[in-house]
Amino acid sequence: MYRRKFTDVLNALSSKKTIKYTMYLAAIVVFFALILFPPIIGIFIKWSTLQQVVNQPPLMERALVAVTNSFAVGLLVSAIDVLAGIPMAWLITRGKSRWLNVLDTLADVPFIVPTAALGYSLLLFWNGPQGVSALFGGSLISTGWVLIMLLHFAFSYPIVVRVLVGALLDYKMEFEQASRTLGAPPLMAVRTVTFPIIKPSIIAAFILSFARSISETGATFIVAGVFENGSVFIQNVKNELSSGLVTQATYEGATVFASLILIIVSITIFALIRVFGSRLRLPFKRIWPHAERKLSYSKAASSRNGVTLIVFLAIVLLPSLFVALPAFQAIFTGTLSAAVSGSGVWSDYWQSLLLSYLLASIVTFLGFIVGLPMAIVIARKKFGNLPSTLLDILVNIPLIVPSIALGVSLKFFWQSFAFMPEFLLLVFAHLTITYPYFVRSMSAAFERISLDMEEAARTLGAKPFSVFTTIMLPLTKYSILSGAIMVFTRSVSETGATVAVVTNLQTVPVIIVNWVKHVVPATSLEIGLGCGFLILFSFIILLLLRLVTRGKGRY
Amino acid sequence: MPDVRVVNLTKKFGEIVALDNVSLEVHDKEYFALLGPSGCGKTTLLRLIAGLIEPDSGEIYIGDKRVNDVPPEDRDIGFVFQTFALFPHMTVWENVIYGPRVKDFDLKEAKTIGDEVLELVKLHERLSAYPSELSGGMMQRIAVARALAAGAKILLLDEPLGQLDAKVRNEIRYEMRKMAKDLNLTAIHVTHDQSEAMSISDRIAVMKQGKIVQVGTPQELYMHPNNLFVAHFIGESNFLEGSVLDASDGNLEIELRGGVKVHAIGEGVGKGERIVLAIRPEIFAMERGLHKSENVLIGKIEKVTFEGTLVRYVVRLESQDSVVIIKPSLAEAWIDVGTEVTLSFASEKAHVFAYPEAGLMEEISV
Repeated sequence: MYRRKFTDVLNALSSKKTIKYTMYLAAIVVFFALILFPPIIGIFIKWSTLQQVVNQPPLMERALVAVTNSFAVGLLVSAIDVLAGIPMAWLITRGKSRWLNVLDTLADVPFIVPTAALGYSLLLFWNGPQGVSALFGGSLISTGWVLIMLLHFAFSYPIVVRVLVGALLDYKMEFEQASRTLGAPPLMAVRTVTFPIIKPSIIAAFILSFARSISETGATFIVAGVFENGSVFIQNVKNELSSGLVTQATYEGATVFASLILIIVSITIFALIRVFGSRLRLPFKRIWPHAERKLSYSKAASSRNGVTLIVFLAIVLLPSLFVALPAFQAIFTGTLSAAVSGSGVWSDYWQSLLLSYLLASIVTFLGFIVGLPMAIVIARKKFGNLPSTLLDILVNIPLIVPSIALGVSLKFFWQSFAFMPEFLLLVFAHLTITYPYFVRSMSAAFERISLDMEEAARTLGAKPFSVFTTIMLPLTKYSILSGAIMVFTRSVSETGATVAVVTNLQTVPVIIVNWVKHVVPATSLEIGLGCGFLILFSFIILLLLRLVTRGKGRY
Repeated sequence: MPDVRVVNLTKKFGEIVALDNVSLEVHDKEYFALLGPSGCGKTTLLRLIAGLIEPDSGEIYIGDKRVNDVPPEDRDIGFVFQTFALFPHMTVWENVIYGPRVKDFDLKEAKTIGDEVLELVKLHERLSAYPSELSGGMMQRIAVARALAAGAKILLLDEPLGQLDAKVRNEIRYEMRKMAKDLNLTAIHVTHDQSEAMSISDRIAVMKQGKIVQVGTPQELYMHPNNLFVAHFIGESNFLEGSVLDASDGNLEIELRGGVKVHAIGEGVGKGERIVLAIRPEIFAMERGLHKSENVLIGKIEKVTFEGTLVRYVVRLESQDSVVIIKPSLAEAWIDVGTEVTLSFASEKAHVFAYPEAGLMEEISV
C-alpha cells in the first residue's frame, strides 16, 4: 500500500517536464564537476612542476622512452588481439558445436580475474619455477616487454572477443548470403562484405583494447622487470619518492609530464582513428583468388579453428588460471590456516579484501545512479543532437586516459581540499575510471529500444516513470547487468589510480603487487593463495549478481 | 540446362519439420512460383536450392548435376532477398558489379556487364548513391540487376515484392516475368500472395506445413483444385457439408446439411460418405424469389458489399449456412438486403471432396 503510494508520487513527478529535465541536467553537472574537470584541473594546478623535468634531461628522456613504450606495446598488442579475437568470435557465433557455450563462458575468464592476480599468474606460468620457462632451462621468457605483451594480450582478449561477438550477433546474415550467391567464396564474402559492415565494432574493439593496455598499471608492474612503460614509470618514480631517491617536486614534475604526454597522444590517436577509421577500406581486389578459395573450405576452416583454440588455451586461459597451482599447494601445506588466522603477511589482507569489495559495491551503485540519466540523455537526445553527440564523446575520455595519470591528477586536485577523506578520494577515482563503462553499455541498450515501445506504453496510459520501470528497465536488464559487472570487476582490479591517490588505505591489488615486488616479504605460496581468494570471491559475487538478476530470457 | 529438381528433401529446425520429404521439378526457362501461407516451408525450400542451408536428407539437382555439396557461390544462381540485402557500404554501382568482380572479371568486363544489366532494369541514374538513399522500387531493381550481373542462370526470388507498395508491386511483377522470359532464365518465385503467383507464373506449387499439396498451371489450380486447401487458398470457395445418397459413374446425388438435395460430379467418394462441396462465388446464378429446379439453394441476402469492379453478396441459406456470391457491379441491378433469392449452379462446376478427418476448418486453415 505504502509502496503503491510511493510509485504514484514518482509517477506524478515524472510527468512534470521541469523535474525530468532537472534530473538530466543534474546528471550532466555531476559528470562535469566530479568526473571530467577534477583530473584536468589537477594537471593544470601542477603545471609549474614541469620545470623540474625540463631541468633534468636524463629523467625527461627516461619518461619519453617509457611513454613511447606504452604506445608501441598498446598498438601492437591491440592489433594482435583483434586478429586473434576475430576467428574466436567467429567460432563462437558461427560454430555448430554445443560446446561453444562453454567456450563462450571460458573466454570471459581473464576478465573476472583481477589484473594483479592475472599478472602474477602469468608471471608464474611463463617465468616461475613450475612454469614454461623452467621446461626450457629457465630462459625462455623473462620479465620485460615480451611478458607485458603476453599479459596485455590476455586481459584484452575477452574485451575484444565480447565486442566482436556482439557485432556478429547483430549482423544480418543476409548480406553475407547475398555475397555468396553472387559468387564469392566464404572468406571473400567475409572480407568484402561482413568486415566492412562490422568495421565500427572492430575499431571499437581495437580502441578498448588499446586504452586498456595504456592504462593498466598493477599487473604490468608485476611483470615489467626493469622495463618501463608510462604507468610503470610513474609507479617507479613514486616508489623512488618513498625511498627518498627523488624529491617531492621531481616526483610531481615527472608524473605530470608523463601523464600529460600520455593523455595528449592518446586523445590524438583516438581522434585520428575516429576521423580516418571510417575511410579505411579493406582491399576489394581479388588478391589471391585461389588461396582464398582454398582457405574457405572445411580442411582450412578446421585448422583455423584449431589454431584459434590453441592460442586461446595456451596464451590466454591456461596462463590466467595458473595461479591456482600454488593456491592449491598452499591449501595443503598449512599456509591456509595462517591466512585464515590473519597472521604474518595476512594481517592486512582481509581488511583490504573487504575494502576492495566495499569500494567496488559503492562505485557500482553510484555509477548506476549518476550514469543512468546520462545514458538516457545520450541515447534519447534529450537536449538535441549536438549536445548528445558531444557528451557521447566526452564520457569516453576517462577510458582513454591512463588510470595512473588519472589518479595522479585527481590527487593533485583533491588534495587542495584538506577535509577530503582518503576513502572518498578512492571512490571518486574509481567512479571516474568506471563511469564510461556503465554509460556506454546503457546508452547503447537504450538506443536499441525503439522509441515506438515507449510511445506505445504512453498511449496505453503509462506515466513516464512507469514506462521506465515497466518497459525500459526490463528490456535493458541484460545490459545493466553487464555494465555493472564491468564496473565492479574494473574497480576490484584497479591498481594504478588507487596507488596514485592513497597513502594509508590499501586495496587488495595493491597488497598483491607489494607482495610480488617484495615490498612486503611473502612466499610464492602465500601470493598464490592471496590471488586465489581474490579470484574465488570475485567469482562468487559475480555469480550471485547473475543469479539475483536472472531473467526468463534475453531480449 | 538449368532445370531444377529436388528429390525427397527434408529439413528440420530443431523439433520443427520445415520441409517434409518434398520432391519437385522446375523446368528449364520456366517461371515457377512457390505459394503458401507463412511458415509453410517455401522459403526453406528456396534457400535449400540456393545452398544457403543444408538439407537433412534428400537430393538437389541443377541441370544434371547433384549440387548438395556445391557451395552457393558455385551454383550459378541469383538470389533476390525479401529485404534486398544490398550492401550498405557500397554504392549502387559497386553493388551491381560485385558479382563480376568477385568472379575475377577485370574492371572493363565488369563495367560492360554492369551497363547491360542496368539497361535491362532501366536504371541509370543515381549510380553513386548508397542503398539507404533509394526508394523501395529502386532497391528492388538493383537487387535484381545485381543478381543478373553475377551471371545467374536461375533466379531465386524470396518474396521479392513483399516490401513494396501495392501499386509499385503490381507494376514490377510483370516486368520481372518479362525480364526472366527475355533472358531465358529459370525463375523460382516465393510468395504468399496468390494473385501475384497466379498472374505471373507458368506453374505454381502450393505448399502447406512443409509439404507440396498441388502443382499445376494457374488455370489448373483454379479450375481443378485437388484438395480443399487449394480450393480455399487459390481464389475463393464456398464450402457446403453433406453426404452422398447415390453414386454411379462419378455422378453423385448429395444431401446437403439442412436436407437440400443436389447433383454433382466427383470421383473417389462412395455412397454414404460425408463430403464437402466446394463452389466458387462466381459460379452461382442468382434470381429474386423462389424458383424450383435442379441444383438450387434458397436463401436471403444478408449483406451487400461494393468492391469496385465487383459486388459481393452474402446469402444466408435455409440451412443457416452462408454463401458468398460475386457479380460484376455494372452488369445488372443490385439486389437489396433482405430479398429472398434462389441460387443455382451447374453440377459439373462444383467440386466434391471427402470430408477431411481433421475437420473442415483445420484442413483449410492457413
